[in-house]
Amino acid sequence: MMNDNQTLISVEDLKVYFRTGHECARAVDGVSFEIRKQETVCLVGESGCGKTVSALSILGLIPMPPGELAGGRILFQGKNLLELNEKDMQKIRGNHIAMVFQEPLTSLNPVFTIEDQIGEAIRIHKNIGGGELRNRCIQLLKDVGMPSPVQRLKDYPHQLSGGQRQRVMIAMALACDPDLIIADEPTTALDVTVQAQILQLFKSIQKSRSMSVLYITHDLGVVANIDDRVYVMYSGMVTEQGNTAQIFHDPRHPYTQGLLASLPSRSKRGKRLYSIPGTVPNPAYRPEGCPFHPRCPYAIPTCGREHPKMCDYGHAHLARCPVLFKNKKPVPKE
Amino acid sequence: MILRVQNLKKYFPIRRGFFQKIAGWVKAVDDVSFEIEQGKTLGLVGESGCGKTTVARLILRLLEPDHGKIIFRETNIDKLTEKDMKPFRKEIQIVFQDPFGSLNPRMTAGLSIQEGLRILGIKKGNIRKKRLEHLLKMVGMSPDSADRYPHEFSGGQRQRICIARALSVTPSLVVCDEPISALDVSIQAQIINLLKDLQDGLGLSYLFISHDLNVVSYLCTTISVMYRGQIMESAPAEELFETPRHPYTLSLLSAIPDPVPGLKRKTELLEPDFSDSLATSKGCRFQGRCPIEEPRCLEENIDFEKVGKKHFVRCWKAAIK
Repeated sequence: MMNDNQTLISVEDLKVYFRTGHECARAVDGVSFEIRKQETVCLVGESGCGKTVSALSILGLIPMPPGELAGGRILFQGKNLLELNEKDMQKIRGNHIAMVFQEPLTSLNPVFTIEDQIGEAIRIHKNIGGGELRNRCIQLLKDVGMPSPVQRLKDYPHQLSGGQRQRVMIAMALACDPDLIIADEPTTALDVTVQAQILQLFKSIQKSRSMSVLYITHDLGVVANIDDRVYVMYSGMVTEQGNTAQIFHDPRHPYTQGLLASLPSRSKRGKRLYSIPGTVPNPAYRPEGCPFHPRCPYAIPTCGREHPKMCDYGHAHLARCPVLFKNKKPVPKE
Repeated sequence: MILRVQNLKKYFPIRRGFFQKIAGWVKAVDDVSFEIEQGKTLGLVGESGCGKTTVARLILRLLEPDHGKIIFRETNIDKLTEKDMKPFRKEIQIVFQDPFGSLNPRMTAGLSIQEGLRILGIKKGNIRKKRLEHLLKMVGMSPDSADRYPHEFSGGQRQRICIARALSVTPSLVVCDEPISALDVSIQAQIINLLKDLQDGLGLSYLFISHDLNVVSYLCTTISVMYRGQIMESAPAEELFETPRHPYTLSLLSAIPDPVPGLKRKTELLEPDFSDSLATSKGCRFQGRCPIEEPRCLEENIDFEKVGKKHFVRCWKAAIK
């Protein structure tokens, strides 16, 4: 794990469980990832993989109970965020680490104007008011590419389109110049053309503000356009990690390979789509050994018994499959 | 042709004021025409709010059209009474986007699937049971699924139940309204394969409504691109992707996040749509966002013109080239 001054946040062996009655759902079961300064990191995976719980844990937004921290650390600026009290966490939220959620309509307060909501995000951490506050709101709306920003200040959320509301959410997240923005599926509820604009927006503000972005998604197409690094998650664990080119052009975990092979596209017309058999396991009833083994074309008996360790393919490309690692094809030249 | 839709229109009134007077109209579907060949798939693509779901509802007569013709095989079904419509209801079925929302949580899978059979008057229980087992097998579910409730199934399984239910009355045409958008990526491929297998095995025709161009490019024979109630371009699938003509189609295609890192964008991204969707009453619907717009575009009614054997485009500029 690279722990130099280039690392902004480091999640180490995080375990978050949810106990309900007699069941224990191990939503996040030993997840490690890091985000460096000025980079975009993607957590990609399907439902039940633990990506959202991991992200919410960074900001201490998992209600405990029923959630329970079963292990791990989240290091940020020399502190373990999991050990901070609520008061200290509030100084971090919005100020140093901000979040953009998936559903802008439900995340914005319907009875307050845009100006009120962005203003609130600023006032919580900074002591400014009046004209200066208003100007900051206008500047933020400009930064997120909102046309006629002055007119938008007095609007209510229902008067804006989905894409506009998401821009407001991003403006609120940027309000205090955070070091990191966590974006949880920010474009899933939006149309493809708006999605493309929002992705472009993230890229440009990341550059202009030297921020880092943690982007959570299930959409591989989005991931491919994000650059920087990717962590593929499955059933509470990281199964593969690397830069975007490695993950897409040289996937080394059967799950990643299966996902990429099952994506429909024009080039596959007329041919049967590969599909990964079976379904994602229930987090409360995860299979023994490798969580993917019941669906895996390469599974051998040990896969159902031993917890697989991460295998290093070099150049920071790792995959959690000892079977493929043992029979590995040569790593292509960079 | 199994279905021909001609100049379909559906306007919704906007009522304002104490007396609920009509202040204007939302032209949800405004002169939509397309054809579906027997055994083939027509993809209807467009962003949310473009009217594609309204089109689906009109075809099923869940909404009444204000104008236009819907011709199923050789019969005009747009003005039939409910009684006369009944035999066509078994011919045209629908699979919706939200598999949980479209299943009655208090009915077992078996009861949901058989409901159509009972309505059609198939009274004998053992005949229904046999058909039920056959249907479950066709969609890849075990026979004991019949006794379980929707909440006991995963999203993909629920969608299979919805498909079995649609097939229970042996339709010829199935309208699929975003059938896989709510499912996990690894399950989407399974359902796509199932839909294709069923088409090959049963000779089904599909109207496949989606905003996902990757799925549409894989599955569909012909594609119609819809924007704000109108069809902007329609063509055989290969041709649409090879030689798209309408500026909206071009922007849509360049906005698809392609899972190929580093792929350079060919065209500029569309400007955000901030215009009031009710305000455009004349000229091209794409005004305000079109990169090749001219004053003429705001004034004239733009015709749907032929630019190839089966390729049509609603843009006078694109039709010239």
